[in-house]
Amino acid sequence: MKFLSFFVSRVGKALVVVLGVVIINFFMIRLAPGDPAAVLAGQAGAGDASYVESLRAEFGLDQPLLSQLWLYLKGVFQLDLGFSYRNHVPVLDLILERLPATFLLMSCAFLFSIVFGVLLGVVAARARYNNKRRWIDSSVMTGALLLYATPLFWLSLMGILLFSVLLGWLPAFGMESVGTHLSGWARVGDIATHLILPTVTLGCFFMAVYVRLTRASMLEVIGMDFVKTARAKGVSPNRVIRAHVLRNALLPVVTFAGIQLGQMAGGAVLTETVFAWPGIGRLMFDALLQRDYQLLLGIFLVTSIMVVVFNLLTDLLYRLIDPRISADSHGAAA
Amino acid sequence: MNPFLRRYTRNYGAVAGLAVMLVVVATALAAPLLYPESPWMMVAEPLIKPFTDPAYPFGTDMLGRDITAGLVWGARVSLLVGLLSTGVALAFGILVGAVAGYCGGRIDDALMRFTEFFQTIPQLAMAVVLVAVLSPSVYSIMGAIALVSWPPAARLVRSEFMTLKQREFVQAAIVIGQTPSRIVCTQILPNAMSPIIVSASFMVATAILTESSLSFLGLGDRNLMSWGFMIGAARTMIREAWWMSVWPGVAILLTVLAINLIGEGLNDALNPQLRKRGE
Repeated sequence: MKFLSFFVSRVGKALVVVLGVVIINFFMIRLAPGDPAAVLAGQAGAGDASYVESLRAEFGLDQPLLSQLWLYLKGVFQLDLGFSYRNHVPVLDLILERLPATFLLMSCAFLFSIVFGVLLGVVAARARYNNKRRWIDSSVMTGALLLYATPLFWLSLMGILLFSVLLGWLPAFGMESVGTHLSGWARVGDIATHLILPTVTLGCFFMAVYVRLTRASMLEVIGMDFVKTARAKGVSPNRVIRAHVLRNALLPVVTFAGIQLGQMAGGAVLTETVFAWPGIGRLMFDALLQRDYQLLLGIFLVTSIMVVVFNLLTDLLYRLIDPRISADSHGAAA
Repeated sequence: MNPFLRRYTRNYGAVAGLAVMLVVVATALAAPLLYPESPWMMVAEPLIKPFTDPAYPFGTDMLGRDITAGLVWGARVSLLVGLLSTGVALAFGILVGAVAGYCGGRIDDALMRFTEFFQTIPQLAMAVVLVAVLSPSVYSIMGAIALVSWPPAARLVRSEFMTLKQREFVQAAIVIGQTPSRIVCTQILPNAMSPIIVSASFMVATAILTESSLSFLGLGDRNLMSWGFMIGAARTMIREAWWMSVWPGVAILLTVLAINLIGEGLNDALNPQLRKRGE
């Protein structure tokens, strides 16, 4: 029962965020200089008069602001994100077509960053705590510091320069090789090789974040009494780290993973732009170039929904890891 | 030596960061003297390789623009946007955090929901949409960066205020009848300043990264040469001219790294008791 009410309150919160983004989108169009209908049609002279007129009617631009907002909300919640005038396709269709690629990239980058981030964080914390091989700790931390300061899009470009241009090991752009009609495992392998560079470059920044978090959190937990007890009663050192320290040290990492997803969605725009990855990030870049605002706002909304859903999942995961946390104290903490 | 300086200089990374930062600031200030001509001017042959022509040590781009001039002028944009947008974000974050932390109760609840909302939505995507819709200019860029970066500041200020409010000296100020605004400005805020300063330095670093991302995507101010723009323009030339994208990236990396190191040094110097616990 308690879990159910927690779940309902979290879903409600998520819905409020989505509603907020829709309202922001609505006002964003009206912030833009010029006639909203012309803005929606695409400014650079592409909107012909009759189309602009039909838009004006559709959005009720002759009516008061509140009824305009109502019309807009109704449209969005009926999954009508508008029409991309430049591409002659409904915005939703364009986005849905690109969504799987982004989803694939983001999940891989997320897994990469959290697995390697936690792993390196544990290694660094152990080296520091045992006071043996301190160089491991300092080199991991220096690496994290450097990655922390590296612009994501530049790291992607440097990855292409090194691994595609100079070494020729990995493909520089796209998701599949052009002109080869592969199927089955050959196709999976082809996509996987295309996936390596984007995944690693997108994941690197977040990996650095998790390294620092895990290390700090481990060092805090490792000195606590229950860890000393576990050690004193003869639990093997590896098991102490795994079952006692890491399990408790992971809590802040999971909280942060939820918050970080929003940033990663933004990072995907940059990575996909550099690697011509056919996802919604690249679509956003194309929409920018074409001044296709309907599409741009649609992508912003869908990205936000994606982040909110991921957040919801990490919240549920958080409860699984630590049943002590109640729905309320989690929201108020930190 | 005063204790603040002594603790700061004990952190060698922070000293190195400060040195790099001084160079970047000096370069930014001296840009009009070093390169009086616009960095957009085509001054030499296109695609001169770096370290071959002493007049153009970092080479030229595909239009014959001097990359060194671009780097020097770009430093101004990065620092300007980084500092000003952080200033705006900090002012707003302090306001929200102070009101929430001092008032507590319903006001706190409402403000924290508001803060959480801005923390949840994808920040860079939001900044991209804002700048695109408002049309790119140095003002819309700073506004967009400020809008997406204030929430952590607000949360920090709120938690500082909540603990400081319980302390005796604040209680005493309440008892002697000081007005809330006076208590906030003269009692609480000065004591909350050190964590705020530390987090502000990290905010500047993030703002510089965000600015470069926006200009990379073609959302930079069209009148100002920036490092992100240079990398964006070099993107399609990566096979022919590696140096076009390498140098501006190194400039961003060094600047952001330097600011982060300074932030850690400030943390050591301003919060010495925290530091000891972490050791």
